[in-house]
Amino acid sequence: MSELTDLTLAEARDAVRAKKVSSVELTRAFTGAVEAARPLNAFVTETPERALEMAKASDARIAKGEGGLLEGLPLAIKDLFCTKGVRTTAGSNILSNFVPPYESTVSQNLWDAGAVMLGKTNMDEFAMGSSNETSHFGPVFNPWRSRSSNAKLVPGGSSGGSAAAVSGSLCLAATGTDTGGSIRQPAALSGIVGLKPTYGRCSRYGIVAFASSLDQAGPMTRTVRDAAILMRAMASVDPRDSTSVDVPVPDYEAGLDAGVKGLRVGIPKEYRIDGAPPEIDALWAEGVAWLKAQGAEIVDVSLPHTKYALPTYYIVAPAEASSNLARYDGVRFGRRAQGVRDIVDLYEKSRAEGFGREVQRRIMIGTYVLSSGYYDAYYIRAQKLRSLIARDFDEAYKKCDVLLAPATPCPAFAVGEKTADPVSMYLNDVFTVPVNLAGLPAIAVPAGLTKDGLPLGLQIIGKAFDEATVLRAGRAIEVAADFNAKPERWWRAA
Amino acid sequence: MNSAGTIKGQTGDWEIVIGMEVHAQVLSDAKLFSGASTAFGAEPNSQVSFIDAGMPGMLPVINRRCVEQAVRTGLGLNAKINLTSVFDRKNYFYPDLPAGYQISQYKSPIVGEGEVLIDLADGTTIPVGIERLHLEQDAGKSLHDQHPDHSYLDLNRAGVALMEIVTKPHMRSSEQAAAFLRKLRAIVRYLGTCDGNMDEGSMRADVNVSVCRAGGYDKFRATGAFEHLGTRCEVKNVNSLRFIAQAVEYEARRQVDILETGGTIRQETRLFDAKAGETRSMRSKEEAHDYRYFPDPDLLPLVLDAAWVGEIRKSLPELPDEKKARFVTLGLSAYDASVLVAERDTADYYEAMLASGAEAKAAANWLNNEYFGRLNKAGLAIADGPIPAKANSAIVQMVSSNLISGKIAKDLCDIVWNEGGDPREIVEARGLRQVTDTGAIEKAVDAVIAANPDKVEEVKAKPKLAAWFVGQVMKQTGGKANPQAVNAILKSRLGLPEEG
Amino acid sequence: MSVDKDTVRRIAKLARIALDEGRVEPMAAELNGIVQWVAQLDEVDVTGVAPMTSVVAQTLKMRDDVVTEGGTADALMANAPDGEDHFFVVPKVVE
Ligand SMILES: [Mg+2]
Ligand SMILES: [Zn+2]
Repeated sequence: MSELTDLTLAEARDAVRAKKVSSVELTRAFTGAVEAARPLNAFVTETPERALEMAKASDARIAKGEGGLLEGLPLAIKDLFCTKGVRTTAGSNILSNFVPPYESTVSQNLWDAGAVMLGKTNMDEFAMGSSNETSHFGPVFNPWRSRSSNAKLVPGGSSGGSAAAVSGSLCLAATGTDTGGSIRQPAALSGIVGLKPTYGRCSRYGIVAFASSLDQAGPMTRTVRDAAILMRAMASVDPRDSTSVDVPVPDYEAGLDAGVKGLRVGIPKEYRIDGAPPEIDALWAEGVAWLKAQGAEIVDVSLPHTKYALPTYYIVAPAEASSNLARYDGVRFGRRAQGVRDIVDLYEKSRAEGFGREVQRRIMIGTYVLSSGYYDAYYIRAQKLRSLIARDFDEAYKKCDVLLAPATPCPAFAVGEKTADPVSMYLNDVFTVPVNLAGLPAIAVPAGLTKDGLPLGLQIIGKAFDEATVLRAGRAIEVAADFNAKPERWWRAA
Repeated sequence: MNSAGTIKGQTGDWEIVIGMEVHAQVLSDAKLFSGASTAFGAEPNSQVSFIDAGMPGMLPVINRRCVEQAVRTGLGLNAKINLTSVFDRKNYFYPDLPAGYQISQYKSPIVGEGEVLIDLADGTTIPVGIERLHLEQDAGKSLHDQHPDHSYLDLNRAGVALMEIVTKPHMRSSEQAAAFLRKLRAIVRYLGTCDGNMDEGSMRADVNVSVCRAGGYDKFRATGAFEHLGTRCEVKNVNSLRFIAQAVEYEARRQVDILETGGTIRQETRLFDAKAGETRSMRSKEEAHDYRYFPDPDLLPLVLDAAWVGEIRKSLPELPDEKKARFVTLGLSAYDASVLVAERDTADYYEAMLASGAEAKAAANWLNNEYFGRLNKAGLAIADGPIPAKANSAIVQMVSSNLISGKIAKDLCDIVWNEGGDPREIVEARGLRQVTDTGAIEKAVDAVIAANPDKVEEVKAKPKLAAWFVGQVMKQTGGKANPQAVNAILKSRLGLPEEG
Repeated sequence: MSVDKDTVRRIAKLARIALDEGRVEPMAAELNGIVQWVAQLDEVDVTGVAPMTSVVAQTLKMRDDVVTEGGTADALMANAPDGEDHFFVVPKVVE
């Protein structure tokens, strides 16, 4: 286990800076790993040539004593981030040939910091899914397998390709986006760290929109330190995004090891749900004990509207999505159906052919809840619930600094296991969705294994723009959990 | 016609009720939510940002100037400025609507209720209520006649800022409708918030017309209940002041004819066909619309700083109504004043004449009685006329100071119109100064009397013939004699009474 | 509230998604499942609660009135399924 691909982002950064390893060497190791891991289907588009060019340029800068925060470090980019000149599909057939003439602000920030792009990672179509099974480019397989079976498991979603790429050591770190849990849920199911920052912390410019009031980009990494490093590089105040908030981006890494002594950690009682596997509750209790042992003060809090978060989300997100996805009409870009009678036929066929079933279903729900006669009953009511959910957090934060909760209600499940019933799939996000509705930052940290050997994560939820404390508490969990397990590289034999 | 336009039907009298929605393009360099240019007439798709084209991941950021222009216009309409307003998405599919939705303001517009005073031909002024003004994006343009089975899309206009100005149903005749649009155009031009150019589509009016039985409108005004009004039809895109009167007349008559033959009016969208002078149903707009408005999550509520609104208010120019009132205090009649303020260019021209020394009433008379006629005949707007304000001012001043006669002033105007030049220099160079030297005038008078002994006899019986003598003397002096002096000398020489 | 087949057809039309007749019934069932599930929101008393209008507490940022974009017709057309002379081309639209 002394391969270059096993380095953390922080270790690789230090090694490159110290010129112990060149960016080209590092990049070659990862492009090789990516190629060898094709059975995982983690990438939609691999960009090894570009990666090598970028690595060479990095090495040249390093030789001159220059270099940014991420100089020479190979990353994977979720295929929801528009990358100039590199196909960006959002996991959809309708964008299967789309090559953006512009770069997303977040990815541009990474290139400006010197990072190297390995490719674009697979994802649920338009980020709509919790298992990466709705991708037009096929499902992604979780690098982890159960001890009791060789069945292929999902990596979670929608950032499933990024999660698998980080978990399978195909990149140092990856970007994800989180609308209802799409960073944290796959991170938990794949045994990695995933941070969803405060809404407004990362620019949404150039990220294919799913639900504008919920979407946030964030880092997916192997360690909390790596998340701190990548978070700092991704975040910025962007004049091109009206919802990007004008607050300075701190050096998150600096205070990472300050510990949790005196930190008030809230335990939201509503996150204890009937029917969840006992392992989830047990891990949560363990997490409480870990933080307490490190000097945190444990406080019981209540988030009374928690149970309404998922149904609220499944009104708000599809409503916004139905409007955001209207631009995919086969006119200016994207797939156009052939042999159409007229413009309406062109729209209807292009969209029927271009969108998969889950996307169509959500567009239908969103159109329905916004339509005349239903708007007040559904959309307005949901937005009121959203106010109540956000208020719950405000109340809780009068008594505590962060919240500790499970990240997911279950470990990774088998491909195909939950596709028949949409609502059962939606329940995957029960612990993550309230955070998006309130726009708060939260991190998922791998904290243990099930008896079948599958990773489980704990979640730290923080106050708005207090990612620093979230990361610090996450680091405390990481230290206590001492999670060192790695998936076997079964795909290399495949 | 101050009162309602009444239509005489076979079953009794009907009243016309009119409301209007005007789309006015905001004067700005860049679009409402992108940095692409708004200039007119550019190459296809050359003024389109990736935002305007609805490309994936592109986000709107609002143009401050457009917000300022909307506020300025709202203030000019004496309207309430809403310090918090919200941008909504209006969702529908159409090729010239790239994102599949128009960003507009639905529930919370930036400007609320206001009022515009309109001036009618009979000299009266009536108020027309403004319901609201909101900001929204314009759509692109589809070209349908370039190819037998294709349409071509140019998105240059897509995303240009529009102000949609909605009136209350307060107009009662085609004259009032046209007067409103003319006044609105004058206001936005004064404010510099829209160029008001209807040919280029910078201002487009949709006119809502309904008819009701005599008395229905008063009941509506008293109660606010729309049930007293008839079912309205919306006539789309009436693109000139001339057409608006035609469209209203035609549409009202059509509705009366239907009602009187026992029919009912269907609420619908109709298109004015300028060639045929009639309105016709737009079937394509008839399918059920469900725009699914909701607040645009890419934008936050627009919150205005009251101090900023105050600054904009302070920077407002003098508007037509205030200017008219001021002109009246200078001695102008209300009618003359309203003519001069009707267009900003006219008022500016007039004020430039005053600024270079012309007397207010003389200048107004000169423009209204002389110069506007010439412009009309030549089909020229005041800005395109050949005589600068300073030159017309000089002519008026020379008349006032008796340097030239009114007759010479007209001749001088011809010369400046055709050849240009400084009127004062022309008067000197061509010896057009009025002759006030009594000796010279006496000589001319005596010559005329000597040459016409028969007329001298006649004038004693018919003193009105004196005018003939004046004409002859003016002829002799090449029009330069001072007419008062000629009159006085003639009267004394011919022995006519002073008051003749 | 339940979603019938006519509603599904109307919504599909509004959303401009071609729906084969065979998919109408299953789609109605799926939508009903979701609609019934979200109906639990009805049990919450929301009187006096303002709907959330923005997630972030800041005023709308504004850009200066400066032309910074455009002149990129080639890049704009690069992904177009059909285009001619810098126009996007679609089947004839009848107005
Ligand atoms: Mg309208
Ligand atoms: Zn409009």
